[in-house]
Amino acid sequence: MAATNVNPTRMELTRLKKKLSTARRGHKLLKDKRDELMRQFLELVRENKALRENVEAGINAANKNFSLAASGMTDAEVRVSFMSPKQEVQLVTDTKNIMSVDVPLYTYTTRTSDPNDIYSYGLAFTSSDLDSAVTSLAGILPDMLKLAEIEKTCQLLAAEIEKTRRRVNALEHVLIPDMETSIKFISMKLDENERSSQTRLMKIKDMMLEDAHQYKEREEENFLQDSRENQ
Amino acid sequence: MSKIAVMGDWDSIYGFSALGLDTFSFDEKNIDDAGRTLRRLSEGDYKVIYVTEALASKIQNEIEHYRTLPSPAIIQIPGISGNTGEGISAVKKSVEQAVGSDIIFGGNS
Repeated sequence: MAATNVNPTRMELTRLKKKLSTARRGHKLLKDKRDELMRQFLELVRENKALRENVEAGINAANKNFSLAASGMTDAEVRVSFMSPKQEVQLVTDTKNIMSVDVPLYTYTTRTSDPNDIYSYGLAFTSSDLDSAVTSLAGILPDMLKLAEIEKTCQLLAAEIEKTRRRVNALEHVLIPDMETSIKFISMKLDENERSSQTRLMKIKDMMLEDAHQYKEREEENFLQDSRENQ
Repeated sequence: MSKIAVMGDWDSIYGFSALGLDTFSFDEKNIDDAGRTLRRLSEGDYKVIYVTEALASKIQNEIEHYRTLPSPAIIQIPGISGNTGEGISAVKKSVEQAVGSDIIFGGNS
């Protein structure tokens, strides 16, 4: 398809050959990139799955505790208890480079140095279930952050893998075969031109020799002479 | 320095406020604001946003928009009404996007 609209010239042939070798190298590199991304991704996604199951179980357990706590207190009391939180979490983000994909790294710091300083209410008027609920939630916070990090990484890697895979396939199944047919077309055309000029030269040489030495007339003369001698 | 937000119905998320995360609660009345709030938080300095699965199913489009952007990380968590499996299916979706078919979960979760 692409072979029909290229100029069958030597310059075009050299250009295409250079392009083809670049495409081959790019294809190989992208393929390697895809394989490595895939390996990293599969590792991470397994971790992601395990972590998510862990976090979901933790949150569900904490939610059960919260329901239990809420059943012993009025809604207003619960709301008041959580009205002014004591603790504050600050997130420090950094990025890591996995095969040219920037993935996030999260670390967090709490405002007060004591991580157990999380009870934003007086202990006298609240149910003790609330304390255990808050504690259980605090216990899974590091895991939740780790989950955020890994899940985002997985999403970014997945997008990158999809892009790379498309590029690899486009090179492998479209670009490289197209260039190969173009190169073949040009080299055939050039060979054909060469053959035709070769025959033309041979023909012209014949004609020039004929002009110079009059082979044909001599041959005729010889023939006539021979036939006379034979008679 | 950035922050962490939690979005969802009040019953599911109020515990997180004790830990120092910023909570944004939505009920039936203001659920239409959820998408806008998510956008506002993402443009602000929230780098990690936890969204309950129940709320996430209502603002699927907005979440999808942030999926391939470097930040924020929007992570679905189960709410008080239990686990709907939305969170794990988001992971599954990543696998399908990358591999072409689901090879981790065996198609049964």
